[in-house]
Amino acid sequence: MPTTAPKIIGYQQNRVDGPMKVTGGARYAAEFTPSDLHHGYVVCSPVARGTIRHIDATAAMAFPGVVEVFTHENRPDTAWMDRNYQDQVAPPGHPFRPLYDDRVLYSGQPIALVIADSFEAARDAAALVRIEIKVADHQTDIMAAQARAYVPPKGRFGISGPPSSRGDFGVAFAGAPVRIDADYRVAVEHHNPMEPHATTVEWMGDGAITVHDKIQGVMNSQKYVTGVFGMKAKDVHVVTPFVGGGFGSGLRPQYQLFLAVMAATALKRSVRVVLTRDQMWTHVHRPHTLQTVKLGATTDGRLTALSHEAIAGTSTFEDHQEVVVNWSGMLYHCPNAEFSYRLAQLDTYTPSDMRAPGAALGLFALESAMDELAQAVNIDPVELRLRNYSEKDENRNKRFSSKALRACYEQGGQAFEWSRRSPEPRSVRDGRELVGMGMATGVWEARTTILSARATLRSDGTLNVATASADIGTGTYTILAQIAAETMGLDIGQVSANLGDSDYPASPVEGGSWTAASAGNAVRMACEAVRSDLLSHARTLAGSPLNDASEEDVIFANGRIMLKTDHERSVTYADVLKGHGLDRLEAEKTNLPHFLAKLRYVGYTHSAVFAEVRVDEQLGQVRVTRLVIAAAAGRILNPQTARSQIMGAAVMAIGKTLEEETFTDHRFGRFMNHNLAEYHIPVNADVDRIDVIFVDEEDDALSSMDVKGLGELGIVGTGAAIANAIFNATGRRIRDLPITLDKLL
Amino acid sequence: MMPNTAVTGAGEQDGRCIPIHLTINGVAHHLSVAPWTSLLDLLREKLDLTGTKKGCDHGQCGACTVLVDGCRMNSCLVLAVTRDGADVTTVEGLGTVDDLHPMQQAFVDHDAFQCGYCTSGQIVSAVGLVAEGRTGSRAQIRELMSGNLCRCGAYPNIVDAIVEVAAGAREGGEPMQ
Repeated sequence: MPTTAPKIIGYQQNRVDGPMKVTGGARYAAEFTPSDLHHGYVVCSPVARGTIRHIDATAAMAFPGVVEVFTHENRPDTAWMDRNYQDQVAPPGHPFRPLYDDRVLYSGQPIALVIADSFEAARDAAALVRIEIKVADHQTDIMAAQARAYVPPKGRFGISGPPSSRGDFGVAFAGAPVRIDADYRVAVEHHNPMEPHATTVEWMGDGAITVHDKIQGVMNSQKYVTGVFGMKAKDVHVVTPFVGGGFGSGLRPQYQLFLAVMAATALKRSVRVVLTRDQMWTHVHRPHTLQTVKLGATTDGRLTALSHEAIAGTSTFEDHQEVVVNWSGMLYHCPNAEFSYRLAQLDTYTPSDMRAPGAALGLFALESAMDELAQAVNIDPVELRLRNYSEKDENRNKRFSSKALRACYEQGGQAFEWSRRSPEPRSVRDGRELVGMGMATGVWEARTTILSARATLRSDGTLNVATASADIGTGTYTILAQIAAETMGLDIGQVSANLGDSDYPASPVEGGSWTAASAGNAVRMACEAVRSDLLSHARTLAGSPLNDASEEDVIFANGRIMLKTDHERSVTYADVLKGHGLDRLEAEKTNLPHFLAKLRYVGYTHSAVFAEVRVDEQLGQVRVTRLVIAAAAGRILNPQTARSQIMGAAVMAIGKTLEEETFTDHRFGRFMNHNLAEYHIPVNADVDRIDVIFVDEEDDALSSMDVKGLGELGIVGTGAAIANAIFNATGRRIRDLPITLDKLL
Repeated sequence: MMPNTAVTGAGEQDGRCIPIHLTINGVAHHLSVAPWTSLLDLLREKLDLTGTKKGCDHGQCGACTVLVDGCRMNSCLVLAVTRDGADVTTVEGLGTVDDLHPMQQAFVDHDAFQCGYCTSGQIVSAVGLVAEGRTGSRAQIRELMSGNLCRCGAYPNIVDAIVEVAAGAREGGEPMQ
């Protein structure tokens, strides 16, 4: 519909929740403080496997301020069937049940909860809980456990298994004039959002609770609590307007939700449980993953054979699965390919999705191998990728809904001045530093999901849009306000957006980069419905200037409905509502994926990543001095928040590639460096220049608004681009992340 | 403004609390505080000043940064009773939604945050840094802001925001706090 209203979608817009966040006014899960609040402190298992023989809480109970110590022996009854514990994104298996019985399944497992009238009292008393555990043998080393790796018998919902093999890889690889065969390893990583996981449960006095949970989707917490505690949904109101980072760690409810709800309902008072930073290593992580990539090619660099195998760690109780190897089958044309993805059970908690799960692992291996191939055949890495460019997804034999990857290579390469790169490794030196350039391709799925939103136009002419979805820092509040404002012809200042409340229209978790396309379209549809309703009411106003106007005859702009042919004939939204004595017009709409189009098309976002590194020759210290990421991700709703998404993921890629590694002491089966001094994430000094380019891309086959999603795209590809730049700088090919200085000396 | 009187819970019963006086964001507080209570827990749990964040409680992340007598400090590492008489500025004391401090406005304009959890500490630290006058280059800012972790990776935008405010301060713009 034409409009004279200012275009808002696609233009830079400061975050609408920005003023709340920069003044400290945004409240996170641990920042709601009812007057009857009690504090819970978690006691974790010091051993990886065993049986609890005895817990002596006498001293803890005697500590001033302590009201209860919960263990498996005195916890209230909870559900006993697995499905009651299965949240919306649970993988197949038996979900972990906190304080369920005497079995210890992993080091760090919560085995007691101390409740006291102050945080300090709960913490001190927790140190007085005496626990006797009969220790059993454990296995936390994937290098040993991989011998028993298995194909998961049941696939995880929404996660594609490895593609079918095609052609004859064995014959093609054996006959290939150029062969690459390499093993890759990516260490365990922990998400470590800056906000530790926390839950505040407000006891409402009538059996109902209001829950503030650190979660990437309030309805997932609600489902979990109703399932486990047998409560009615109407009695479990989950309200989380702000989430202090997720990166996947808040997709599934973590154990502090269980513990806080259990204690609050048992004690009939408000309870808060906050995990300490070191306890952030006692739940989800990115799994330790081993990969082998084999490439066979002609001497002019055309792929003839490709194999990608992965073994990833999981727990002993659930089969967490990710899409690791599939990317190799769709990113490049190759007639002979085979794939394998297996799991190895470890005595750890179940891993979970961490930013670009699977892809950040698989693309590191594939794109490192492609760089090795480029070196072997002496072809420029960009040219090699163009020679093997895939015109369709050969895994599924479907067309891409859009793929502007060529433009990414071109525009990214130009901005980076890729042509200045010396192809000879270890050939550029600046003082004591070796300088190198590398590049890689990135890809992530463009998905949409079933998601509902409501638009409410009030009699003062302001609009509110609401959905139960979340803004984990992605900018959801802002893009929804932009879409609503433009669709309704309002100034963005007249629009408010609400998220993170289980009473709002239904939404799944925010993850997988599907929220912008799905929530955005639901909001647009709801606003369009309000607009139609508004026009109907406008036509029937007494003395209406628009009495015979159809939708085609009018425009909605500046809070007025106007005749296109005569802007003087208009009425304000507020007057329409007032004229009818209405306090609001409201509509709720649901975005549905384009199921029919998905039979023919697959949707992906793509990127070309270019990296420059400097490596101190004596110290092995690596600095990433420049990153250029050219992204093809459909329509960009807000270039400012979109750039931040890509840039932030690129920073996480720097961490993943150079710094982040959780070490396990396999003698104890325990993660050792469980704090931010010993688990290194990038700091400001580690991050230099990052340029983000969005190439034009239209995509209306799978997304109603051409929107594809951006949350993961900045991390995929970036790791390999940095590793490839390190090879170019030093001649050292490191296939083992993170690339710490010891590996370069 | 009226002085505020409050006591911390733990230790109150057995008389182990210690009376202290703090000026927090310009408001005088007469407090009775348990000796083991950190300045961070005092702010968040007793005074409901939750703008100051707890990210690690170990002085490793900077989310709890406040200004104590003008100096940047990790409030999780400061026992409140050791700062009797101090002047404390938290993010709530810099500006309001309708009247943002220049650093707060710069953070909004440069999209220098995403989830917002480290943001209070970043902003307070940045205000402290500008006051220290050590914003001579991007490299210097990056180094001296490295005590404030941001997992969303907003670092380049944070530096942009500080560069802008520092330039304004040098030109005799709004004085830094």
